[in-house]
Amino acid sequence: MGVKRRNFLIGSVALVGAGAFGISWSNSSALKAAKAATVKPGEGSLSVWFKIAADDKITIYSPHIDFGQGSQTALAQMLADELDADWAHVVVEQAPALPGFANDALVSGFMGEILGGPAAYIPDGLVKLAARAMPAQLTGGSSAIRFTGQLGFRTAGAGARAMLIEEAAARLGVPVSELTAAASKISHSKSDRSLRYGELAEAAAKRNPPADVPLKQAGSHNLIGKSVARLDIPAKVDGSALYGIDVALPNMRVATLTMAPVRGGKLVSLDDKPALAIKGVEKVIRLEDAVVVVASGYWQALKGLQALSPKWDDGGHAGLNSAGIFANQDKLRAANKPDETHGDGDVAAALAAPGAKRTKADYRLPFVHHATMEPFAIAAHHVAGKLDVWAGMQDPLSTRNLSAEAAGLDADHVTVHPLIIGGGFGRRFPQYSEVIAQTAKVAMQCPWPVKLIWSREEDVKHGAYRCISSAGLEGAVGSDGKISAFKMDFVQTADAEKEVPFFYDVAASQRRFFAFKTNQVDGYWRAVNANQIGFYVETFIDELAHLAGADPMGFRRQHLKPGSRHLKVLDEAAKQSGWGQPLPPGMGRGVAMVECFGTIVCEVVEASLREDGYPQVHKVTAVVDCGMVVDPRNANAQIMGGIVMGLSSGVGEEITLEGGAVVQTNFGDYPLIKLAEAPKQIAVHFLASDGEVGGLGEPGLPPATPALINALFAATGVRVRNLPIRDQAKPA
Amino acid sequence: MPIPATVNGKPVTFQAEPDTPLLWALREELGLTGTKFGCGVAACGACTVHIDGQPVRSCQMPVEGVSGKAIRTIEGLKAADGTLHAVQQAWIAVQVPQCGYCQSGQIMAAVALIEAAGRPSDDQIDAAMTNLCRCGTYPRIREAILAATGQAAGVAASSAKEAV
Repeated sequence: MGVKRRNFLIGSVALVGAGAFGISWSNSSALKAAKAATVKPGEGSLSVWFKIAADDKITIYSPHIDFGQGSQTALAQMLADELDADWAHVVVEQAPALPGFANDALVSGFMGEILGGPAAYIPDGLVKLAARAMPAQLTGGSSAIRFTGQLGFRTAGAGARAMLIEEAAARLGVPVSELTAAASKISHSKSDRSLRYGELAEAAAKRNPPADVPLKQAGSHNLIGKSVARLDIPAKVDGSALYGIDVALPNMRVATLTMAPVRGGKLVSLDDKPALAIKGVEKVIRLEDAVVVVASGYWQALKGLQALSPKWDDGGHAGLNSAGIFANQDKLRAANKPDETHGDGDVAAALAAPGAKRTKADYRLPFVHHATMEPFAIAAHHVAGKLDVWAGMQDPLSTRNLSAEAAGLDADHVTVHPLIIGGGFGRRFPQYSEVIAQTAKVAMQCPWPVKLIWSREEDVKHGAYRCISSAGLEGAVGSDGKISAFKMDFVQTADAEKEVPFFYDVAASQRRFFAFKTNQVDGYWRAVNANQIGFYVETFIDELAHLAGADPMGFRRQHLKPGSRHLKVLDEAAKQSGWGQPLPPGMGRGVAMVECFGTIVCEVVEASLREDGYPQVHKVTAVVDCGMVVDPRNANAQIMGGIVMGLSSGVGEEITLEGGAVVQTNFGDYPLIKLAEAPKQIAVHFLASDGEVGGLGEPGLPPATPALINALFAATGVRVRNLPIRDQAKPA
Repeated sequence: MPIPATVNGKPVTFQAEPDTPLLWALREELGLTGTKFGCGVAACGACTVHIDGQPVRSCQMPVEGVSGKAIRTIEGLKAADGTLHAVQQAWIAVQVPQCGYCQSGQIMAAVALIEAAGRPSDDQIDAAMTNLCRCGTYPRIREAILAATGQAAGVAASSAKEAV
């Protein structure tokens, strides 16, 4: 840890001038702009990421957007813990969408992951270049705590604390070693004197940064590891929280749109008169693949849109349908030309070995939709070559660049006002959020501020879905009852080996990836590839356990390395879930374990079938090893939310294509799980662990569906291999 | 034709066209944006408000249908002195929201349920709380309703266990 931290610290200061805790703001224009946007006279800005006012109020600027994951509060906890700040006077604000707030800690973390080594060994210059080029204000990849917090905010707090102590030592004329910091105050107990951070900050900010600062060790934290009240919650219970859809500007108009039904299709012709005849409709705007109606309000815009009959082409995709896509994926596998191959040992020989018991199975996963509760909504206003944009997106800086590109403006002439988001789950990555460009183009054609709202129908029909995927698995169990061969051929848009480690210790294993594209936008859907891979591996391992005549928990245990984190998680899950204890008739218990985003999660599901044949999950027990837990209650909420979303998608969600277009239209035919269907008991346990810090926003999700399928098999003897489950587990 | 009603105890006159859904009249005419648009087809419940005390999905209620009626929105739950409604307080105590977008509707549905049922049973909660939440806050919604009505929480084992 020492080397990594030191390099980050030095690197940040040298690179970004302020970087991690920039004591000396550099003269770079990016940082000048960042400072101008946040720091007022009399405030001590020890870093681009936070400032201390004379009254001790500490304002932390989060480069991560809030969409319910709680990481803004958790990041503040991490910084304030190392700073020894008085939590009662800490507030968090969204960092402005300016290049000076590009998140270099995030870039460092992701680069480390991509390159497969510790982030510390990546040249700092490369990190800086990447952070500016990306630009990196991304919220995604379960990265806030493990990267921004661990590699950035803790160091920022610790470094600033050291600077404040130095300043206090100089003022009090005592050695640094005689001073202690607590609750935003530095005290000299020998002389019974103390100085508040607010008194010290402005001068402390002018001091040279230390070359290295130690971070606190486990056991000495005062905020890390404690559950605090999330700072974003009060505004979310009284209706005052402002989302993109809530933006109201003087003289604003509201727009809505319809896009080409087939992704890739274009607008061919349109008679705009029927819309313009509707009271309140002011403008009809033709985009390449969409028609936008601008009106006095949403209802008027919608009525205008409904009066239109635009003609579209199908982009040459009219032959695409879901059944055909699966058939083509099967053909691709049969052609036996994988894009990537991973694994060890001679699988073909192991599969052919005499005496081995063999089985094979094919699995399918449909497209699924993010279905954020807030549909896309962005407001924008163009005045004399300058564009203001009010948007909730998973990367405000990229939103700025994409807005500028669509408007034909320089990015310096675009101001993005970042807002919280009513759910993201991967749908709000700017690179495939077409609403950004649409809004910018519409705003450039209007003399008023305009807010573009997508209807739910457009949202469902034009998602950036989790990719459609299928796999063929084949395996053998030897006479020793252990897996002698494990073979997985999977078809989807991207390889998953780095994201989703295969952790079972088997004699011969081969995982082959076949790349397959459709006309759809391949979105990152919460937990991304871990959903598919977790489903394939964890249900097939279950099938192999039954082939071996073994208990699925004990069978997994046999294939995990002694002393490994995985084995500890599995054993704790067996203990906490009461694995092996009798269940009422009709109930079954299933287990699944998946590692992704640096976190291992094992879930045990207890389920039965309802009268309609659909599953009812009664209880979920989850055991998590994510290294250090910053806020146990919020960590719990993340895992719990992942479980509920995982069950929802696995049981009933499916986007299908017919004639190249999406069939589903709204929540009526794209049903999400409801309260009554969600498990009444979800118990989440975090293992005490000194492992590297992992993410939490996503890893709770992937084990839920395979654990349910395994539970249904235990309950009914019916093995479900195609998602969604619906009533497939009902015995014939 | 102007449509008279009361909203959160205050008399208002809606100027919106009669077929405008109450949701949009509240949001765009009165600026009460706490009530959310989610689906437009009364499927998700994000737009739940009370009309004469009954929970209603305002995206499907034309404003002409509320003439002379009393409407209550999330903004109207607080007491005059700013004290939060017991259900809002429970929502904070249990830390229910994640993204928060559906929570206005969830809270309005919960308040209506509690006003009708007093101390709702699990089955009554199941039947009444049909609003969608994509973040998966359902176990804490149940816990908060029980907490707000003085019933022992613990059906949802959502209390964090720091380490085992």
